[in-house]
Amino acid sequence: MKSREITWQAGGQQGEGLESLGEILASALNHLGYELYGFRQFSSRIKGGHTNYKLRIAAKAVGTIHKSCDLLIALDKDTMQNEALNIQEQGIILVDSILAQDYSGQARCVAIPFKDIAQKHGSQLQKNIAALGCTVAVLGLTEEDLEETLRKKFIAKGAEVVAENVAVLKAGIEYIKTEVPSLLGVLPLPELKHKEQHLFILGNEAMGFGALSAGAKFMAAYPITPASEVMEYMVKKARKLGGQMLQVEDEIAACTMATGAAYGGARAFTATSGPGLSLMSETIGLAAMTETPLVIVHSQRGGPSTGLPTKHEQSDVFAALYNTHGDTAKIVLSPSTIEEGFYDTFEAFNLAEEYQCPVIVLADLQLSLGKQTMLIPEYDKMEIRRGNIVEASSLPPIKAPEYFPRYSVAQTDGISGRIIPGTPNGICLGTGLEHDESGRPTEAKDMRIKQTEKRLQKMKTFLANYKKALAVDAPYSEADALVIGMTSTRSCIAEVVEILRQEGKKINHVQVRLLLPFPAKELEQYIRQAKKIIVVEHNATAQLAGLIRMHIEQCPHLENILQYDGDIMYTEQLLASCKEVL
Amino acid sequence: MAVLQDFKNNVKPNWCPGCGDYAVQMALQKAVVQLGMEPHELALVCGIGCSGRFSGYIYAYGMHTTHGRALPFAQGLKLANHKLNVIACGGDGDGMAIGLGHTFHAIRRNINITYVLMDNHVYGLTKGQTSPRSDLGFKTKTTPTGNIETPVSTLEMALAAGATFIGQGFSLQLQELTDLLVAAVRHPGFSLVNVFSPCVTFNKVNTYEWFKDKLVDVKDIGGYDAGDKGAVLNHVLEHEGLLTGLLYENLTKPSYEKISGLAKNNQMQSVKKLAPDVFSELLEDFY
Repeated sequence: MKSREITWQAGGQQGEGLESLGEILASALNHLGYELYGFRQFSSRIKGGHTNYKLRIAAKAVGTIHKSCDLLIALDKDTMQNEALNIQEQGIILVDSILAQDYSGQARCVAIPFKDIAQKHGSQLQKNIAALGCTVAVLGLTEEDLEETLRKKFIAKGAEVVAENVAVLKAGIEYIKTEVPSLLGVLPLPELKHKEQHLFILGNEAMGFGALSAGAKFMAAYPITPASEVMEYMVKKARKLGGQMLQVEDEIAACTMATGAAYGGARAFTATSGPGLSLMSETIGLAAMTETPLVIVHSQRGGPSTGLPTKHEQSDVFAALYNTHGDTAKIVLSPSTIEEGFYDTFEAFNLAEEYQCPVIVLADLQLSLGKQTMLIPEYDKMEIRRGNIVEASSLPPIKAPEYFPRYSVAQTDGISGRIIPGTPNGICLGTGLEHDESGRPTEAKDMRIKQTEKRLQKMKTFLANYKKALAVDAPYSEADALVIGMTSTRSCIAEVVEILRQEGKKINHVQVRLLLPFPAKELEQYIRQAKKIIVVEHNATAQLAGLIRMHIEQCPHLENILQYDGDIMYTEQLLASCKEVL
Repeated sequence: MAVLQDFKNNVKPNWCPGCGDYAVQMALQKAVVQLGMEPHELALVCGIGCSGRFSGYIYAYGMHTTHGRALPFAQGLKLANHKLNVIACGGDGDGMAIGLGHTFHAIRRNINITYVLMDNHVYGLTKGQTSPRSDLGFKTKTTPTGNIETPVSTLEMALAAGATFIGQGFSLQLQELTDLLVAAVRHPGFSLVNVFSPCVTFNKVNTYEWFKDKLVDVKDIGGYDAGDKGAVLNHVLEHEGLLTGLLYENLTKPSYEKISGLAKNNQMQSVKKLAPDVFSELLEDFY
């Protein structure tokens, strides 16, 4: 494994520039053509507190990080006490020489005066750049590989700042060359067979970019970890395109404003996490009842209540599906890679308009905050579909008190014509109450039944048409086991499955990408093909397994692998858990 | 040009005979005719309560939302569909209890919509409970020994939130209310019109007679200056909020649309694929 890829990690106190250290290195490596996956672990503090950034560098696509690493930059005690224990035996630790060196592990641990190197050529604040220089030297790269990225990063602050940073970078490289030459190029990067241009993109940004690409110009939101980057991305981009991102008073307002804007004909959305979704449940019901195309990006973190704001979990599955009261017609997509985060968010706006209902893009912290190299989205394949919007030109003249039958029950697919308010001759009403075909409140039993069935029929129509409900890697018609996961566990499961296959086991893998309506029929065929079914999820109550049991009649026994400690799932652990079950 | 009849939909309101909301309905229909609006150019957004049914009783685009949420819905609608005239309606339960936070923030945001708040100091649709606007000592099903919580002062709250238009009307004064609504819709920003709209069934204290007796028209106050915020606040305090007319207007503070730039460039109705050059430019961030 080691020859094929390198895991680099840096740990220190928040505010020490660790994030930019990782960003600069990753950006330069992306330009060189490497496939990357970066993940930052942090606590809910403004400044201070331990943080660490891990970057996996490979020649082929990688979608998660491993627990172990090859090269560790340690800038604080926490890193030495915790992260240093996970390093490979053949690994290298470059530790800030001001730290007491009580490392007793087997990896090679070298003290480097990062601060002094930085101070000599710039300021001590640039010790992260000094560490970057040392990294570059150990990985066998040169200053030329980094210079352009540094220039881009700091040019806004002036040429002097660029020059200073380049000087510190060089000094870092030079230090390794002269003081510890045995480290020079000792962890060479994998060989690249072919170079392809990639984006290096944060999950939340991919989802924001997906929304923008789909024509979404309205966003209202309330800051929340781990979803805030979506609104931060939109605020940077929307205004220039004639749109707007509003930070509003609470999540109730955010969701309701987005629903109002969607009713008004814009593509509108909000983004949130657990506590926000709880507040939005009321409006999700309104959007479902009024058949308004609302889109919500929901990034799960540890719950319940405030829970673990900065930690990973997948325990909002039931909340995303059922947190609003009533028989609610809505769609819940669950992207399992950052690339799918882009495409599913894009598609969410199409589905919301085609099926005139709320659509939740259910992500999780790892998907939102992981950063990954991704192929450039194919512009030609991006298609905007707005569904059945009735244009003014097709409307015969009407006058008060006659209404357009916005909620007509005549269509067998459940999808009636939608009117953008302002359209002449299209006047109709909307209400959260049960209503007749024109949107007037009614309690008539016959109409109640017809409208309920109309709304639910749309979901049946959707399920019959949707092609991306599952991500399937199931080569065996008689498998020893089927592993089922959702959202960001995709890569981790895939790696484990690969290892098990190499050991001779016949293992299929399905990642569920559509949670509501649930693709039971499609999933059932894979379930019937396997002797054992293992459902992997990040919660304590086996919510995905529960869904499967609820929808598949005479469902065979499901083995659960559950993790709810706030950490993401590591290949090493999942492999051991799978072996236990098998 | 639309006439009054064009805004009537022949739906019989579920309001009690004598309810103050009938006058508000009539005044609003007259106002939009006077403003030269066509029914399809108007959207009414309501919350929940007796007044929440408003959107169903006027022939125009209408959305009857959830309790207290008319304003966020209306603001989203207006920004997305800026040519539409958006009027939000609700009662004192909607706007001063469950939706008070939204009311405050909508006022300070100053998006160009009008909010008509029908204030009867009591909960009518749920059959007679106290409201945040109920007077101290007011007896209801849920305050059998009299209300012990200080009533919200709508006007002081609105001034504190940085309102740019505050009007107050009374259901018995149809013409004045109509004129006020016309001025409110014309105001380039958020306009609040609080209307004393008596509940004849559950409020036997704050009746038509009670209001008639207490209300003072600001036109009758010598030297009243609707542009002087400090003076307006003093009048509000002195009269315990029982004033009618255009109480306050500030035309110097620009609307949200103007400050944000949306007034000049609002493309929200244009839902299409990004132009290739725009798409390429967006990709630049991720290399």
